[in-house]
Amino acid sequence: MAQDKKGFSHDLIERNTLLLIVLVLITVSIGGLVQIVPLFTIESTIEKVEGVRPYSPLELAGQNIYFREGCYNCHSQQIRPFRDEVERYGHYSLAAESMYDHPFQWGSKRTGPDLARVGGKYSNDWQVAHLVNPRAVVPESIMPTYGWMKDRPLSYGDIADHLKTLKIVGVPYTDEQIANAKADVEAQKNPDGDTAGLMKRYPKAVVANFTGNKTVTEMDALVAYLQVLGTMVDFTKYQSKQLQQ
Amino acid sequence: MTSATLTSGATLGSQRVSEDVRYHEDAIRLFVIAAVFWGVVGFLAGTFIALQLAFPALNLGLEWTSFGRLRPVHTSAVIFAFGGNVLLATSLYSVQRTCRQHLFGGEGLAKFIFWNYNVFIVLAALSYVMGFTQGKEYAEPEWILDLYLTVVWVLYAVQFIGTVMTRRESHIYVANWFFMAFILTVAILHIGNNVNVPVSLFGMKSYTYVSGVQSAMVQWWYGHNAVGFFLTAGFLGIMYYFVPKRAERPVYSYRLSIVHFWTLIFLYIWAGPHHLHYTSLPDWAQTLGMTFSVMLWMPSWGGMINGIMTLSGAWDKLRTDPVLRFLVTSVAFYGMSTFEGPLMSVKPVNALSHYTDWTVGHVHSGALGWVAFVSFGAIYYLVPVLWKRSQLYSMRLVSYHFWTATIGIVLYITAMWVSGIMQGLMWRAYDNLGFLQYSFVETVAAMHPFYVIRAMGGVLFVTGALIMVYNLWRTAKGDVRIEKPYVTTPHKATVGAA
Repeated sequence: MAQDKKGFSHDLIERNTLLLIVLVLITVSIGGLVQIVPLFTIESTIEKVEGVRPYSPLELAGQNIYFREGCYNCHSQQIRPFRDEVERYGHYSLAAESMYDHPFQWGSKRTGPDLARVGGKYSNDWQVAHLVNPRAVVPESIMPTYGWMKDRPLSYGDIADHLKTLKIVGVPYTDEQIANAKADVEAQKNPDGDTAGLMKRYPKAVVANFTGNKTVTEMDALVAYLQVLGTMVDFTKYQSKQLQQ
Repeated sequence: MTSATLTSGATLGSQRVSEDVRYHEDAIRLFVIAAVFWGVVGFLAGTFIALQLAFPALNLGLEWTSFGRLRPVHTSAVIFAFGGNVLLATSLYSVQRTCRQHLFGGEGLAKFIFWNYNVFIVLAALSYVMGFTQGKEYAEPEWILDLYLTVVWVLYAVQFIGTVMTRRESHIYVANWFFMAFILTVAILHIGNNVNVPVSLFGMKSYTYVSGVQSAMVQWWYGHNAVGFFLTAGFLGIMYYFVPKRAERPVYSYRLSIVHFWTLIFLYIWAGPHHLHYTSLPDWAQTLGMTFSVMLWMPSWGGMINGIMTLSGAWDKLRTDPVLRFLVTSVAFYGMSTFEGPLMSVKPVNALSHYTDWTVGHVHSGALGWVAFVSFGAIYYLVPVLWKRSQLYSMRLVSYHFWTATIGIVLYITAMWVSGIMQGLMWRAYDNLGFLQYSFVETVAAMHPFYVIRAMGGVLFVTGALIMVYNLWRTAKGDVRIEKPYVTTPHKATVGAA
């Protein structure tokens, strides 16, 4: 192999495994560092808006069912700032609105519609009927049926542990919220009970017996989660300039 | 066995080492068997979920068989089970030959890696079906399985790099640069994207350390480089060993391979944000992602040129060697796919393509055309060598596999181009009165015929893979099919006419 008489030769790297490893590690690290680190340091990355709160315990349980069923494979939660998307789904998504999602659920494919602002768009009954059999309410739908979820009791004995874990990773759950976690699951399912504490801790939470079951079921949790999506920020309070990153 | 069948290829690579190096091949055989097995499983799973999108009743109303749970089974089976076993087989095979050294850590370590990697895959697939997931595409396994994979991967790195470090060749061959970049970077990506806090030490559930926009950036830094390093750098390592071996030609350009290697691994890492165009990710990051994605076109095509031009002086072999045809076609698909990728990363194009089937089609032109085809080529090369057979059972069957699979891919990607672009246009269509012209579900209904065509493409691709299984099975048994050999000389008619 022809070698340059002077200066650097790639030959050196090809003979030295450690040198090759070190150079590869440096080369592949730069891009990631430049793109990821500033997202934690630039303060304007997450817009300053009011209203975004941690999920209520029932909503959180619902989000975990959303993860478990892989809903993100077919539904995005990220409205782009295009005329058609804003008309179809609502105000474009803010980074602030998913800041308590561990992990984000923006998705990459819309086999079904975007769900970033599905909260309040349909009634609780519609959501339950649709999950039980999507084609009963939308004949052309290709979504799987989730009827089995309707009567399955939600497992929430350890819900306080979930809140504590999320607190470790930065979700500002208070001690009060953690102490009341289990009771709040039940309170959000019971519109006839005392919901003052729940609503104080989790404003805009949708309280309802979603499925009509006596026990809290998995579908109750999922619908409670869907019904809060995209409803936390009051966009009438902000000019577009204030939402710039 | 006639001399004519001998010349039909598959006799290469069987030359043994002249020195006292005894290559380890037992574990390589296991990896090859696993790769073929998982390939069929992954293709079948893909075809099944493709049919679910056309005929939703196939979700069966059961929690374990819904699209949402099976899609990760498909993606993990093809990427990590099929692709992973192919990469382990080919890298551990070729590193021994290019270093003239047996495996560092020996057959025992290789088998340990084999069993644990494949047990990991089985556990991961079962966990998805049972509903355990981190909720991130291509990174679904929960924290405990992530830790398990980390251990296995470190052992693989030790075995591969150890072999390179104890080599008897003065230089590290270009394929091994790519394999090493793949192994190291995948380790960084895997660890970086799976920093989680478990809810309990005895449960599967965990939450990612980062959230929202940061978790989106970290996930697509990982996700795009799973493509860039697992499915590209690793498979380029395969290209750089198996294309020259099969064509019996040297790599086209040494200089190009240097430029292509360093630019590829440098630029790829930056491309992640193109999965997040027009989202809540800040614009500066999107612009960086787009710019580097467009630049990435150049090293990608540098690699393609280096692979294809390696056939200089040996183009005639494409007529007589269907195995080489698989290898070369894979590089051509790589070229097409790596042109389409930068195109789709340009923001105005992405505005149309994102969230649609166009993305799915793009991924599959790379996954089926590039990754699977180069894998098939390498497997067809390896099986006669590893099972000590003089040739494949049948070259005709290789050719049937090639054409069945190629037609399958064409059906797949054209269906997805049409449905993706159509759906993107329907979403943004306005009527004369200034209202959105289509409801969302009308666009879903319009997809149906294309979902059926795509599934047919999948059926053809699976059929081709089953032809391969039969061919490899008979090869391993030592059978040779009596068939018309591929002619190596020009047709007499052509000569006569001249």
